[in-house]
Formats: sequence, C-alpha cells, structure tokens
Amino acid sequence: MPRGATEIRRGRVVGLGTLVAFLALVATLSLAVGARSLTPAEVWHGLFAAADSDQRLTEIRLIVQTVRVPRTVLAIVAGAALGVGGALIQGYTRNPIADTGLLGVNSGASFAVVSVIAVFGFTDPFQYVWFAFVGAALAGVVVFGLASIGRGAGNPLTLALAGQGITVFLMAMTTAVALTDQKSLNALRFFNAGSVAGVGFDVIWPVTGFIAVGLVLALSMLPSLNLLNLGDDVARGLGVNIVLSRAVGIVAITLLAGAATAACGPIAFLGLMVAHVARYLTGPDYRWLVPYAGLLGAVVLLVCDIVGRLVVRPGELEPGVVVALIGAPFFAVLVWRGKFKSA
Amino acid sequence: MSAADMDRAGVDKADANPPLAPGVRLGQVSFVWRPWLVLVSLVLAGAAFLVFCLSIAVGDFPIGLSRVIATLLGQGEQVDEFVVMDLRMPRALAGLIVGIALGVSGAITQSVARNPLASPDILGITSGASAVAVFLVTVSGGAAAAVAGTVGLSAAALLGGLGTGLLVYFMAWRRGVDGFRLILIGISVTAVMQALTTWLLVSADIRDVARAQAWLVGSLDGRSWGEVHIAFWGSLALLLVVATAAFQFKPMHLGDDVAAGLGVRYTRVRAVLLLCAVLLAAVAVSAAGPVPFVALVAPQVAMRLARCPTPPMVASGLLGALLLIGSDLIARTALPITLPVGVVTAAIGGPFLVYLLVRANLRQGV
Repeated sequence: MPRGATEIRRGRVVGLGTLVAFLALVATLSLAVGARSLTPAEVWHGLFAAADSDQRLTEIRLIVQTVRVPRTVLAIVAGAALGVGGALIQGYTRNPIADTGLLGVNSGASFAVVSVIAVFGFTDPFQYVWFAFVGAALAGVVVFGLASIGRGAGNPLTLALAGQGITVFLMAMTTAVALTDQKSLNALRFFNAGSVAGVGFDVIWPVTGFIAVGLVLALSMLPSLNLLNLGDDVARGLGVNIVLSRAVGIVAITLLAGAATAACGPIAFLGLMVAHVARYLTGPDYRWLVPYAGLLGAVVLLVCDIVGRLVVRPGELEPGVVVALIGAPFFAVLVWRGKFKSA
Repeated sequence: MSAADMDRAGVDKADANPPLAPGVRLGQVSFVWRPWLVLVSLVLAGAAFLVFCLSIAVGDFPIGLSRVIATLLGQGEQVDEFVVMDLRMPRALAGLIVGIALGVSGAITQSVARNPLASPDILGITSGASAVAVFLVTVSGGAAAAVAGTVGLSAAALLGGLGTGLLVYFMAWRRGVDGFRLILIGISVTAVMQALTTWLLVSADIRDVARAQAWLVGSLDGRSWGEVHIAFWGSLALLLVVATAAFQFKPMHLGDDVAAGLGVRYTRVRAVLLLCAVLLAAVAVSAAGPVPFVALVAPQVAMRLARCPTPPMVASGLLGALLLIGSDLIARTALPITLPVGVVTAAIGGPFLVYLLVRANLRQGV
C-alpha cells in the first residue's frame, strides 16, 4: 500500500531527529574516550568548572578543553561539510561516483602544502592550513572556470572531466615536489592521512565560518538542484537560471570541501558514501537528502575518530584511514544487496 | 534515454558524428564506417611508432632514426644491434605494451560502466598492487623480506593487484556483472586499499616512504627482456579476446535493458570484456608499476580526437602507447631532474584533456 505524503514526511522528520540525537550521544562519547578515559562527571567538570580543587581536576579540564572539545567540534563541522559536499557534487555533476575531491579540491590542497613546505620550509601544520585552503579554493575556481568557457557552461560531464584533468595534473606536480624534497614528502603523508586532532580553535573558527557560508549557499540552492536533476531542458523550461544555479552550487562545494580539507587533510570516500546512504534513506529529493548527508557525515567522521583512538592504544589511527577501513566494507555490503540507485 | 543517461554514457553532443555514418557488414561482422576514426587511428599509430623509434634513438649513445629502423628490420650494424635490441628495446617495448594495455582497459571499463570517470584504477588492481608493494617496502624483516626476496617486488605486487581485482569482480557478481554495482564495489575496495597504504606510509620510516612513493608512481626504469616477454604475450592474448568480444559489444552503450533484450549472450560478453580489462591492467602493473591516469585519460582524449560517441578501443590503446612512450622520453631527456614516467604522463594527460574539453565548448558556442 503506498504511503501518504504526511506519513513520508513524518518518517523523514523522525529520522532527522534520530540522527541529531545520535550525533549528540556520539559527541558526548567523543569527549570521554581517548588515551585517558573520563567519567561523565569528569567530562562535566572539564566542560563547565570555573576553578579546580586539585591538580588532577586541572589536568582533566585541560584535556577536555584543549584536546577533546576542539577535535570533537572539528569532526562534526568537517564531517557535515564533507557529507553535504558529497551529496551536492553528485547532484550537480549527475554522476553517482563523484566525490568531494572531484573539483580538484583535495589535490589543490595537497599541492599547496608540499609547495609551501618545499619553498618556505614550514614545519608546523598551523602555518600551512591557510595555504591549503587557498590551494583548494584556487583549484575549484580553475576547474569551474575552465568548464564554463564557451557555450557548454556548466555541462555536468565537462565539469567532472575538467575536474579530473586538473586533479591529475596537480597530483603529478605534488608527487614531483614530494619526490625531490623529503621534508615535503614527510608532511604530505601525514596530511593525506586525514586527521581531526592537533588543530586549535584559532583554526577551527575561521574554518567553521567558511563552512557555514557554504552551507547557507547550498541550502538555498536545493529546490533548483531538484529541478536540475530533471535535465537541463526541463529545468530551463521551469524557470531555473541554470548557469547561476550551478555556479552557486560549485562555490558552495568548494567552500565546504576546501575548508574541511584544509583543516583535516583529504578525507576520501566519506562524502561519496554518506551521499548514497542518505539517498537510500530519503529518496532523490535533495531538500531532505542534503541535511541527512550532512548529519550522517558528522556522525560517521566522529565515530571513526573515536574508533581510531581506541584500536591502537596508546597510539591513534587517523580517522581518514578508519573511514575507509570501516566504512568501505559496510558500504560494499549495502551495494551488493542492491540498496543504491544511480543518482 | 534521459539527458542524465546521455551524460553518463559519455556522449558528448558537440563531438558526436552526425547519425548518418554508414554501416558495413562483412559476413558475421558488422561495423559503422567512420573515415575520421580510421584516419585518427592511423595517425596515432604512425605517431606512436615514430616516438617508439625516437625513444630507442635517444640516449647517452645517440643513434640516427634511419639506423634504428634498419636495425629493427634486422639490417643494422653490430654495435647498433647491441644498443638497440639489448639495451633500449625492452624499455621502449614495455612502454608500448603498458600504454596499449592501459588504454584498451580504460576504454572497456568506461564503456561497460557507461561512466567517463571509470577506469581500471577504481577496479582495485592499482590500489591492491600498491598496498602490497608498500607493505613489502616499508615492513622490514620477517616474512615480508622473505616474500620480497623470493618472488620479487613486482611479482608480489602483481599478485596483490590481481587478487584485489578478482575480489572486486566476484564481489560485484550477482547473477552477472552490473556496471554500476561493479564501480561502487570497486571504489569501496580501492578506498580500503588506499587507507591501508596511507596507514603503512604514516607509520613507516621516511627513507622507506621515499622508495615506496617512487614505486607508487610507476616507472619504466631497468626493464629486462624477461619481464617484457611475459607482458607481451599476456597482453597479446588478452587483446585477441577483446577484439573478438568487442564486435558483439556495441549494444552495451544503449543500456542494460536494451542489451538484455538483444539476447542473454551480451551479459556473458560484458563479463568477459571486464575480466580482460582487469587482466590487462594487471599486465600493465607487472611491467611498469601502477602508472596512474593513462587508463582514465586515454579513452576520453581518443574519443574526442576521433569524434566518436563512445571510447574507441583501438585509438584508445594507441593513444595510451603514445602518451606513455612520449612521457618516458620526456622524463629521460628534457627534464632537469629524473622523474618516474607516471608523473609526466599525468602532467601531460590531464591538461590535454582539459584543453580538448575547452575547445569542444568553444566550438559549440559558434
């Protein structure tokens, strides 16, 4: 029996609420779990206490406020950005295997990192975060600019292939620099692993600002993205300004993925995976699909970060690695069971 | 077919031939007569042969082009014979074979998946081989060293790549191979392998990382006749299978439903072709390591040069060979620092693809 529209909507709202609740739960867990595990009372103290009665409590407050809170916030922000970005890029390129790295964002960031290290000799991640962001944004702009020359403006296929071409070129340049400069190679391997740790709020706030702008742009474009997926001719007939809509969408994706990549390094597969899972949960309506993808992205990255802290204690496994190691087999099973449709 | 399907099939409206290309039938074999495609293929073949000879001619002991050709025909002097046949031929031939194998493999993958972003790289071969190689390079001592010592790095990597490729293939098997499912499974498995590689690199000693990184880009350095022989006969056999299967393949582009409607045999043809793509990519890995992007870029560039609606097999293979040998030549002679061939193929292939896209867009605008 087909379900009524109200029922479907109620199901989606309940699902959204469940995801938010789950995210809150995981975030709490993220504050407590690590090389030194804390009790809920200790977390509470670490978050809100103004003064400490003894040395142990001071230590706890330091751990919570300078280590756990920043990485939890960053995992949520970056995860959401990559999830939304993944859903958008699949929508705008109409290609179900498009990932957030497609616009050259990841390779642009990597190239910027190795270049500034080789040229200026930076050693601290704080120094190259903003270069990474600029590199990512520039790559995105170049790809979109090249794909927009002439009358084919914003043709999804051209966009995807131009992105691939620029990515290929930038990766070659990155490798060339890294092979000739060992210090860059060393930084590159850690940058590429994708991590949410070791970045303070001086980086996180600006990154969050860029991501917030990207989210607002993205959300404002969702109705027209639905129409674009009916095909360009239909969308144009229904009054959508195709070029403008695509341009705004691409800017949003570049901001979201670029900022997340600059702060964490390229986290592959996350955006692609959650976009498909979100589509399976909500159906093809982007007004629902995108919020789901964002929440799912945040939950998955946070869970993977927690798992990464636990599996090789006292060391840590980068969440970028965990995302692929846990997420990909899970995803493959879903694929095999025929859960996904092409975009 | 909706506009979205057209895009996914890689149909470039600006470059497509008018639908009036005449059909030709010779007994069982039928094909569409595209004079431009034939011309482009011939030019590509000529260019590939020229670069092949140039690659043999250039080096510390330069030999004139005419003498190279004479030696190839078996009428050269003894000194030339030694330099050409023993020293330089294996490298040039390896480049030729790897380029053709990657180009054809990419054309098959993109055609079957009907997705221009698909390439054998995402079917697991490259990433599997890379993970195994990096493991052997970075984990010193014990079993890893024993394996690397007895089997050799390239052979072990080849086995890893082949294993991963077949894993993807059979994981995607569910009453036949479906292009979309194959790609998504391939992306998943590739992600796992890349994550393992990253993990190994992060936890390894930086000197080993440099060695591993060099292997990861792919190189034609120090090829011997032994390796080339295996790659040659392997790829020749596979290409023959592809050639026989490809004639029955055209309806694939019309979509799974149409293909199925034309007879169940097509599912089998598609499965055979995909297996060939996996094995061809494995042959390439065995001869040069995981040279990236040739399989992705060559079919797309060939398609645009030849103005075909779908990736042309022969032209893709020839373009792959041209790209690889040409890049190796540049890497050896024109650059101030020594770089592996994979870096140069990517640095040339990527921008050239972008140039073709921009040109097509501009022409559309007129």
